[in-house]
Amino acid sequence: MRSQMTLPAPIAEFPWRVVIPLTMLVAFGAAVLHSAAGGSMSPYADSHLVRFAVFLGVALVMSYFPEDWAKFAAIPVYAVTLLLLIAVETVGQLGGGSQRWLELGFMRLQPSELMKPGIVLIIAAFYHTLPVGMIASWRAILVPLGLIAFPMGLVLLQPDLGTSLAIAFGGVVVMFLAGIPQKWFIGGGIAAVIAAPIAYFFGLQEYQQQRVLTFLDPASDPQGSGYHIIQSKIAIGSGGLSGKGFGEGSQSQLDYLPEPHTDFVFATMAEEWGLIGGLFVLLVFGIVLRWGLLVARDAQTRFARLLAGGMTATIFFYVAVNLMMVMGLAPVVGIPLPFMSHGGSSMMTNMICVGALMMVERWNRRSS
Amino acid sequence: MDRKLTSNSLLETFDRRSFVIGSVQGGIGLLLAARMGYIAVAENEKYEMEAESNRVNLSLIPPRRGWILDRNGSPLASNRADFRVDIIPERLIDKNETVQVLGDLLEFSEPERADLRDRLEESAGFAAVPVANGLSYDKFAAVSVRIPELPGVIPQRGYSRFYPTGASVGHLLGYVGAPSRDEYEEEPQPLLLTPGFKLGKDGIEKEFEQELRGEPGARRVEVTASGRIVRDLETREDVQGKPVQLTIDGPLQDYAARRIGLESGSVVVMDCVTGELLCMASMPSFDPNSFSDGIGRVEFGMLQENDRVPLRNKTLKGLYPPGSTVKPMHSMAFMHEGVSPDEAIMCNGGRRIGNRFFNCWSNHGRVDMAKAIYQSCDSYFYHFAQQVGFDKVAAYARRFGLGQQFDLPVASQFYGTVPDPEWKLEKYGQEWQPYDTVNASIGQGYYLTSPLQLAVMSARIATGRSVTPSLIKANAATQFASMDYRPDEIAYVRQAMSDVVNGPGTAGRARLPLEDVLLAGKTGTAQVVSLSVSDGRSGPWKYRDHGLFVFFAPFDNPRYAGAVVIEHGGGSGAAYPVARDVMTFLLDPQKGLDALHTLEEQWGGTAQQRLDRQYQAYAAAAGVDLPPAPPPIALAEQVDAEARAAYSAPDEAVDRVFAPRDEANPRAEEAPE
Repeated sequence: MRSQMTLPAPIAEFPWRVVIPLTMLVAFGAAVLHSAAGGSMSPYADSHLVRFAVFLGVALVMSYFPEDWAKFAAIPVYAVTLLLLIAVETVGQLGGGSQRWLELGFMRLQPSELMKPGIVLIIAAFYHTLPVGMIASWRAILVPLGLIAFPMGLVLLQPDLGTSLAIAFGGVVVMFLAGIPQKWFIGGGIAAVIAAPIAYFFGLQEYQQQRVLTFLDPASDPQGSGYHIIQSKIAIGSGGLSGKGFGEGSQSQLDYLPEPHTDFVFATMAEEWGLIGGLFVLLVFGIVLRWGLLVARDAQTRFARLLAGGMTATIFFYVAVNLMMVMGLAPVVGIPLPFMSHGGSSMMTNMICVGALMMVERWNRRSS
Repeated sequence: MDRKLTSNSLLETFDRRSFVIGSVQGGIGLLLAARMGYIAVAENEKYEMEAESNRVNLSLIPPRRGWILDRNGSPLASNRADFRVDIIPERLIDKNETVQVLGDLLEFSEPERADLRDRLEESAGFAAVPVANGLSYDKFAAVSVRIPELPGVIPQRGYSRFYPTGASVGHLLGYVGAPSRDEYEEEPQPLLLTPGFKLGKDGIEKEFEQELRGEPGARRVEVTASGRIVRDLETREDVQGKPVQLTIDGPLQDYAARRIGLESGSVVVMDCVTGELLCMASMPSFDPNSFSDGIGRVEFGMLQENDRVPLRNKTLKGLYPPGSTVKPMHSMAFMHEGVSPDEAIMCNGGRRIGNRFFNCWSNHGRVDMAKAIYQSCDSYFYHFAQQVGFDKVAAYARRFGLGQQFDLPVASQFYGTVPDPEWKLEKYGQEWQPYDTVNASIGQGYYLTSPLQLAVMSARIATGRSVTPSLIKANAATQFASMDYRPDEIAYVRQAMSDVVNGPGTAGRARLPLEDVLLAGKTGTAQVVSLSVSDGRSGPWKYRDHGLFVFFAPFDNPRYAGAVVIEHGGGSGAAYPVARDVMTFLLDPQKGLDALHTLEEQWGGTAQQRLDRQYQAYAAAAGVDLPPAPPPIALAEQVDAEARAAYSAPDEAVDRVFAPRDEANPRAEEAPE
């Protein structure tokens, strides 16, 4: 397709379609973080840009890995990440408190983040090895469910509901795309409806229960956990069509908005840039996710299709849950907005997803 | 379904399902865009207002309180600009840490820290709790720079109430303090939660709260979520409260309070023509300046342990048997019940009433009305009270103001008791006995009066008009109704009361050290326990007799009238020197002050100086092991209840006969330990 162009191959093959919108989004994110830091590049905006540059490099390197490497890596990556999760849990238990990261000296590694692309990779690899005729068998369901349940349980122990749901979502979407019969999803849906109240009363921590209650009625606790949702809606709502202007958002500048640089970065942006800024962000995410799904549909092998579909779903989950949360459509779960929120782990995970998609795009080009 | 599973069918499934996922993603994207459009455009106005109300904080500026003035316009209570620190408890993050840091910065002692912790526990959470006022600029600045790490702590410039004469006006004016939870619930206005706002807790400060309060100013400021002020937007000045002018003569009030000295007692002086109260001093007292930021446990413990009840306003809530001070009034009752002043009896050291002999304090021989007054002969009153009937005498006592409450702006005043047969029957279910008449005729037995009532009584005796006391300066002069005494009757009693002081009476030392003014008066000694327990003059303080003195001056054209009661002073000899000096000061201030300075040298300083020293000593001895002070409202109720209990009539009828004590030959004043 691209051979019609006269550009040299490395430039023609460079994934412009995703790198350009992403760069714009990250730059816009840096501008918002600049404002969230009270009009200063440090400490958020500069490190945000540096991280993007570093992880973009990582993603581009990843994109040159052949398909065999990816298949081969599935089991070791999953096993090592699982071991790291157990290590985190053990260290946390010994330390006498909840801990989500391992201190490596040069960075804090959050293994649960690695598990998000990891689960997509291992399940895609599993369906690749599964004989086609067995897709309706018990094995086709129970093995992936087990693969999901293990890390999910460990992350829930931390306790981190948001990340464990992200892991489950990525895994389940790959199962769905792999073609297991619809009845399982319908049955699973019914089971979830029944299990939800039970999980609420027995599975959730008290603070998590409170968040769900507050989501249903934020006014019930305006100074406590409802505060976040209320202040976030005020920030978005007061921004209006075109916002209050760069650096002029009173909600974020005067500290009314909680976490203006991480989970609620979208509210910070919306207050200063208004609906126009919000639609720009949605548009860029739409372009990136559409690109991800197109890569998946163009993929030649079943493994590549599932891998690309799962990675797209993982990014989508971040975006959808975060935006629904800041707009008061979902309870407050600690999930940052990809490419805009300040934070190394989230940038790493999302750039690995993007890198995997670029890798699949390259396989597609090679085989066509 | 029977469709054969192949790679191709799985690819079809993938295509179909990835389309579903794409649609779901697109759908959610549209939902989010719509949601954002709804919030940001349709509800924009609402959220803009909320953002504005977040950003802009309307903070009230407590109004400057109106001054309380004396009759000449000098301030009895004013305001002093000062630096202060308050805490909003619900904004605190670490209460103990904050108290620790503030305590170090402000150099608080251990009991002061304990008090602060208690006040934080007690508070309503959103209402400001005062930490300290009257701070030096250095300490204020030290707190101000630490504000970022001390959320909930508010240092500000403000005004605090200042009472120039301190303890002298404590009972009269009351004091101010931060509103309590109950007071806020009664009047839920934002002003009551404003740091630095104080309202009247007692006395005039409480009664005239609405007049004194004024209108709060307001300041619109831009604030951060943690309450830090970013900048001022707009300021409206406060409107100071209206002044309240009292009839009190400030210097006289201070003089009287100081003149009581080491004793426990009260002085009431009124203008007997206008009814204006010139002085209502009750001592020992408390310093309303130090009460204004809440009573510390050290101070409260000290006041609570003092057996002279410094928290009770004794001019209104101290009740004492009037003793012989009622004799002129009883004489006037006899005059209107058919007893001629010239009618005389023989006092043989007592008198037979019915079939029993009752002692007089001395043997007076032939006694007419004048001699009965200036020599305070008991036999005369036994005889004529029995002849007239005490129910009639009691009616006169009430007309002269005893057992009455007056229309005054005070929190509470006590009626006391004017006993009569009907009262006794109702109270105890027993008939009135001759010995009841005997006891009551000389102001003993069930008789209980307050110093204010005694002052009103002497004003009515002096003028023959039903003078009523007033505390608020009014422009229009009031004319009081006559009590239907002929001028010669009034003159007779005036002369007899002048003779008490200036003639052959019981209070020769009460004579004024002035050429042209003669003081008229009547002594009284109120017995607290029976003669078998104590002789009333020595021994334990609380068994000593109360000393009383009622007076007016000048005797022939009375202008001023009053009463002095010295609790457990050991007899009337403790009371009339006080009355003499107070009247001297009123007529010739320098002469009065000279007398006082000599006395204060013996006592070790002014009342305020002694109170401060006592506080230091008490604080040093007590350390931290003191219970916390109750909130002001509970405190006022507690004091009231204690006062009522202390002065209630005995539960059972008393049948003992009163043995009168020495009235004349006053003993030398001796300072109690």
